Parts: sequence; structure tokens; C-alpha cells
Amino acid sequence: MNTTKERQETYYESIIKSGYSRRDFMKFSAFMAAYLGYETSAIGQIEHALKTTPRLPIIWEHFQECTCCSESFIRTDHPIAADIILDKVSLDYTATLMAASGHQAEAAKHETMEKYKGEYILCVEGSVPMGDDGVYCCIAGKTAEDQLRESAAGAKAIIAWGSCASNGCVQSAHPNPTTATPIHKIIKDKPIINVPGCPPIGEVMAGVVVHVVAFGRLPELDRQGRPKAFYAKRVHDSCYRRPYFDAGLFVEEFDDENAKKGYCLYKVGCKGPSTYNACGTMRWNGGVSYPIQSGHGCFGCSEDNFWDNGPIYERLTNVPGFGIEANADKIGMVATGAVAGAAVAHSIASTISKRKEMRERVVSGKDVEKRVE
Amino acid sequence: MATVSHEFKRIFVWEAPVRLFHWLNGVCILVLMATGILIGNPPAFMSGAEATNQYWFGITRFIHFATAYIFTLNMVYRVFWSFMGNKYASWKQFFPYNKKGIANTLFVIKDHVMLQNEKVYDFRKNFIGHNPVAAISYSLLFILMILQVVTGFALYADNSTWFLPKMFSWVTALFGGDFNVRFVHHLAMWGFAIFIVIHVYLSMWHDWLEGRGEISSMFGGYKFVRKERVKD
Repeated sequence: MNTTKERQETYYESIIKSGYSRRDFMKFSAFMAAYLGYETSAIGQIEHALKTTPRLPIIWEHFQECTCCSESFIRTDHPIAADIILDKVSLDYTATLMAASGHQAEAAKHETMEKYKGEYILCVEGSVPMGDDGVYCCIAGKTAEDQLRESAAGAKAIIAWGSCASNGCVQSAHPNPTTATPIHKIIKDKPIINVPGCPPIGEVMAGVVVHVVAFGRLPELDRQGRPKAFYAKRVHDSCYRRPYFDAGLFVEEFDDENAKKGYCLYKVGCKGPSTYNACGTMRWNGGVSYPIQSGHGCFGCSEDNFWDNGPIYERLTNVPGFGIEANADKIGMVATGAVAGAAVAHSIASTISKRKEMRERVVSGKDVEKRVE
Repeated sequence: MATVSHEFKRIFVWEAPVRLFHWLNGVCILVLMATGILIGNPPAFMSGAEATNQYWFGITRFIHFATAYIFTLNMVYRVFWSFMGNKYASWKQFFPYNKKGIANTLFVIKDHVMLQNEKVYDFRKNFIGHNPVAAISYSLLFILMILQVVTGFALYADNSTWFLPKMFSWVTALFGGDFNVRFVHHLAMWGFAIFIVIHVYLSMWHDWLEGRGEISSMFGGYKFVRKERVKD
């Protein structure tokens, strides 16, 4: 616990203290600038900020989640990236990784909350169950909602890690038995960064934190509160299989020749065309691969409500209220066919109903035909 | 009575901009539907060829996007013309919600749709422009067209750097993501299919039953009215 020290050490000091060279530090700065999509002059700014800024106190809350966000985070591909956040950003409270437990842990959290009121960053992993007075997730005798409201009250900003915190993820899928609720629907008076994904890419998580640290403000966000640097492009638009899409070459079945050739996975349900994430450019596990590269379509884990968005392996989703196996095309074809049938029936009925008028016209028309010169 | 041939006057109903809009809109809808169905479920007919040598799916998408622009501008043009054109082109035609309009609407439903004939045939109830039920169906089509433009440009927004598609990026957030926008865009396409069936059938129905050039009026602009309806 560093909170008792007179002066908070800077990131640089603590990085050097833990045995990294200055060169490692500079590499890290360059990495981060590249991830954030900045030009080279930003490297200096990041370096300068990390050298002069005291470490940022962070409280990391865990609610309804599987800890895959934390797991992703500690696997960022530059060692300092993980270190800086887990060791060097003073992570004063995180259920998974802190040494303290029980009352000590709660005491440490409250100490940070009081000492750095209005300064600390609250990271939230997991959604909050609002149903049945919140009994589905209680920590230290309090419901998740109470915990969240308490720690959010003094936070400078909130980072909602992963799909759970930013859109509810699997526990909020239909029928959502615990009324799992994302953070931005509960806390309305704080700036919130949504970092969706199940989990988000580790480097994206590191990038978001470094941005806040280095520039002292939130990264630019889109309408859904996601950092534009990572969520402005569709997976589809940065996909290395995109040329096959444009050429109209698709995998038809997972075991066919086209799958072996690495064609586009559009027809086997890849959600890349409707998913905003950086998987195509940053990839996973230190840039090794990502789902599409491994031969499986994207299933849109960073999109709102993705568990309910239809079958993973089909393009068209089922239409709610029409039973299973009723997709938009089937319903459309049946409706169009029914209307065409109604038109045929109407035309037959018309010949009967309107026969008097028609006979008049035919008779007078033939009469004129005879009289024409 | 039966042998009396009525006298008709030629009346100019559909101005050239209205006709141009109609056919351009029809062609755009057919092209957009055809390319849209291909985009939604591309057939595997080129699977044997090399990727280097083909770009058919890219071209299909390009046609879809280019046609969408024409479709949108054409629609804007029609709205403009509803303030400039004759009374049959006017926006007022699409709001038959006054007392007379509602009575006429009920008449059309009773007589044309339910085929419950009036006791005495009244030629004055042959509408010259849109009949009120048709006008309502065009209003619904217009809403459907706006829905397609809005969702279509929302899907297109992130492919583009131009301000016009970007103006629609709020739609994605409103619908809760591209997935839902795409789904609505796809489902709404079938609304056009249903409209086409009804619209083409009823145009033929009027032409066939009334014999005053319903279909040809959309080419030449003229219809025929009974002489009695025209003031000297």
C-alpha cells in the first residue's frame, strides 16, 4: 500500500526501481503511442507524462463477471504494459490480485476513496444485478449496486471493462434472471469509458489507462462511450480476409475446400461486418492471431446484446415472435406469397362482383368498334 | 343504357417530374432489392475462380451504394416537387384525413377492396389522381423508404469519410449496434416486395375495370374523365 507515503512516486521511478532499463521504458512509450494511433511526437509526451505524473490511484471492482478481463489485461504483450497497471499504477483495491483480504481489503479501499477523493479512477469489471434488491451479488455484506455507488461517488472517471460492465454480456441475455445492468445505466453523473469485448484486448485496456495517465483526460469516445482509437472500425474493415469478401469467395461450410483456402467467413455467420473492435489490427496474445485468423467467424463479443443477436453461425437472425427457424427471408417470402395469393383471389372475386360494369363497357366498346369508320 | 358509349375528356394528371420519379424509384428499388439480396446471401457461383481475377461482390456492393444515392436524391426531389407541382402531385394528396377524405377512404375499402358495390354506380367516385387508400399506401411506402435510407446510410457511415453518410451514424447507437440496424434494413426490404405486389396488381385492376388508361397514365401523364365532370 503506497497510500501512506508522503510523496507518490512517478511511473518512471517505479518502473526503474523494479529493474527495467530506460530503454525498456522508451520502448513501452513507443508501443503505447502506436496502439493509441498517435504520431511519433506523442511518444515524447507519453514519456514525459509518465516521468512527471504521480501514480494514479485505481480501485478495481469486480461484480458479475468471469475475470477474463483481468486475465486479458495481465497478458498484454509488452511486460511493462501489464506491470505498469498491475504494479505501478497503484491498484489499491482489486479482489483478484491484491494481497489484502477481508476487512483489510475493505479498509484499504476506503482509505484510497477518502484520501484520493475525486482523483482516483474506478475500474469496473462485471455487470450489476439489480433484480431482487441485488441479492445475486454481494461483497463484504453489501450489494454490488451499493458497492458501485459508494466507490463511484468519489471517482474522477469510471472505466467499464468488458462487455459485462459496458453492455451486460451473457448474464443480461434473455431472460436476464438477475436483471444484470451495465454501469452506464446506473451511474449517470460520472464520465464513463466503455471498453467492450469478452474480454477486451489487453493492449486496448492498457492503452486506455495509459491515455488517461499520460494526457490527464479521457480518450475521445464515440456515441456508445467507446474509445474511438480502438472501436471506430469494424472488424470486417480491417480483416485480412477482406479481399475474399470483395471477390465474392466465401466459406460455405466449415469443412469445405474454401475454409481450407482461408476464404471469407461471411456466410458461416461471421459478425465482423457489424462489430466494432481492434481485433483485425491488434490481434490477440501479442499479435499472434484472432478468431477469424483461426478459422472461426467473429461473433461480435464487443457489440451490445450480442448473445441475443441470433445464431452465431448464420447471417440472418431469427425474428422474435415468429417461433424458431423463422428468419426475415422466410417471413418475407411467406408474407409476399400470401399477398400475391390475396391479389389472385381478389381478381377472381372482382370478375364476379363487378361483372355488370364490365359488361356495360364491353358492350359499349364493341358498339363503338362497329361504328368506327 | 348498355349501348350508350360515354364521352371522355383527356386530362393531364401526372407531370413529367412525377413520372420520372416513379420510374426511377421503381428501377432503384428493383436494383437495390436484387443487389441487397445478393449481399445478404451471396451465391457460391464464383468459388472456383482465383481471388485476384474477380471483384464481383465488391461491384455488387458498389451498385447497391451508388443506386442508394440516386434513390435518396430522387426521394428528396419528389418531396420538393410535392410543393411545386400540380394538385395531383401535391403533398396534400397524401393526407386524406379530412371529413371528405375519410369518407372516400371508407368508400374505396368498401367498393374496391371488399367488392361491396354501391347500389348506383357513380362515375364521380373514380378518383382522378391517387385514390385515398393508394395515397395512404404511398405514405407508408415513403416511411419505409426513409427507414431504408436512414438504416442504409447508418451501415454505410463507417465506410465513408463524407459528411452525408456520417450524418446518419446516430442511428447505430439508437438501434443498439450495427447488427440490429442490418436486421431492420434486411427485414424492411420485404416491405417493398409486398408493396410491389399490391401496387402492380391494383394498377392493373384499375386499368382493367375502369378502362381509362390507369397504367398508360404513368407513361404519358394523361387519364380520361367523363365529359360530365368537366366544366365548360
